[in-house]
Amino acid sequence: MSIQITSACLIRNNHIQLNGETMIEKEKHLPFNEFIKGAYELNASPNLKFFKMDNLCKLAFITSEFLLKNKKISEQYGAENVSLLFANTSSSLDTDINYYNTVKDFASPSLFVYTLPNIMLGEISIRNKFKGENAFFVFEQFQADFLCNYATQLIKEKKAKVVIIGWVELLKENYESFLCLTEENGNGAELTNENLNELYNGK
Amino acid sequence: MKTVFAAHGNIITSLGFTAAENFAAMEQSRSGIQKFSNSNFLPFPFFASLVDDGKLNDKCSDFRNSKNYTRLEKMFILSISDVVEKSGLDIKNANTLLIISTTKGNINLLEEENYGGFSEKRLLLSEMANEIAHYFGMKNLPLVLSNACISGVLAIITAQRLISSGQYENIIVSGGDLVSEFTLSGFNSFKALSDEPCKPYDAERKGITLGEGCGTLLLTSNEKLLNGNEKKIVVAGGSVSNDANHISGPSRTGEELALAVNNALKEANCENEIDFISAHGTATAFNDEMESKAFNFSGLQDVSLNSMKGFFGHTLGAAGVIESVVTLETMKQNVLLPSLGYKNLGVPMPLNIIKQRETKQINTSLKTASGFGGCNAAVVFKAL
Repeated sequence: MSIQITSACLIRNNHIQLNGETMIEKEKHLPFNEFIKGAYELNASPNLKFFKMDNLCKLAFITSEFLLKNKKISEQYGAENVSLLFANTSSSLDTDINYYNTVKDFASPSLFVYTLPNIMLGEISIRNKFKGENAFFVFEQFQADFLCNYATQLIKEKKAKVVIIGWVELLKENYESFLCLTEENGNGAELTNENLNELYNGK
Repeated sequence: MKTVFAAHGNIITSLGFTAAENFAAMEQSRSGIQKFSNSNFLPFPFFASLVDDGKLNDKCSDFRNSKNYTRLEKMFILSISDVVEKSGLDIKNANTLLIISTTKGNINLLEEENYGGFSEKRLLLSEMANEIAHYFGMKNLPLVLSNACISGVLAIITAQRLISSGQYENIIVSGGDLVSEFTLSGFNSFKALSDEPCKPYDAERKGITLGEGCGTLLLTSNEKLLNGNEKKIVVAGGSVSNDANHISGPSRTGEELALAVNNALKEANCENEIDFISAHGTATAFNDEMESKAFNFSGLQDVSLNSMKGFFGHTLGAAGVIESVVTLETMKQNVLLPSLGYKNLGVPMPLNIIKQRETKQINTSLKTASGFGGCNAAVVFKAL
């Protein structure tokens, strides 16, 4: 059995690449908020929830919209067979700080809910009707070997048919997002540490 | 596939600093939940289960450089030390991994001037975990899981997978979270805090009581580390699911928690033989309702069930580990603990909720959790 990376989306430096092709490229100094709103207007289907999300979820959501566009993963594999395996460095610290700054005046429930990094898994699951395994890990830096081994184990042990591996990091204006779709006997590079690292590093 | 044994556990809560102390208090139906007035946390009095600072610092007085560790890190170090001592584990060996489960880690540093004298980096969960692993001189970088209120159960499931596939021989799963202004204000903003000690599944339940603490469980494929355990208990199955419904409210039907439960039971080969369920039972209206539907979906409505939140509150990222350690004690001692705070059924579907302590042979248990983001997790423990 072999597992392939069948699609990958990378967002970094205000540049969105899907499978190596440039989708959107904006000037590097454009603030994140404006960049991500522009990306939403260009690609995502209308979704009012987007404007309620914190920046970390917006980033994850837009990356998933590019990665999954025109794909019917849930219908094809069954909702319970799609797994999300995500990680980052700062957890939800960006929103933690924003939320805590508001506490003395008015603690906002709509902000508090985003003080958990796995909310991005919830947002992507709701949008795409994914009901399978999900997990969020925190690493100092991107760990291709762990993510690759864990995704492989989920598929080999038949706990998932598809695993979306994600690295979605955001703290203030520093961000990067990398999502890839991995599945059995698909078309694409084999799921290995080297290939995962190469795609994450981009061109 | 290697067999994964649950070897030794520790619990630090308001009820005590070891699993035995906590279990003994629980057998007497003692709750660690109290009323506090602390305007740094909330402008009005609130109920919570807090670990006493004086006792914590006393216990840490013989640490190397105890001043260098935050309040939560002290709990982690104490809890892990107890498990290492009881098991005789060589924690410095390269075949041993630490998994830290937490939702907010050192979030209290945000509330203190100058981060309480610690570096700002200490807010990063990986930095906190590295400090803990470094204290013990561990070879491997720790793994950190932060997946809302299922973090602890998910950490146990992850450990089981990493050991059964032979990637590690021993994994220390340690879950910890604090009660802070951050978490209290947040749950209060949701109007989810109860103005009395929480009453899971009860008709008059009013919401969550928060708790703090740390739980540690050593999982291993090395049977020798079971020293002192009469029953050999294994982690027999585990599964995770997502509701795909709402980020801050549970599923309307409970089907997704039932999916995780059924998958875990199937993997464990225990579809019709569960003796006890340690459920999540936060005492919010919607969570408890959803769980009652889920357990009925899975045909488990007659199995003896409790929520432990009435003893030490909802300990967030620690809950899954703490409550699993209590579950293992339940199995070792063959004693079922009451679901403290429960009187009359207040959920739409029937459940067999334990009202008082009873002795019963317990060979298989199910532990479940659900959380924000729509996540659900279930793990099965089985005595060989």
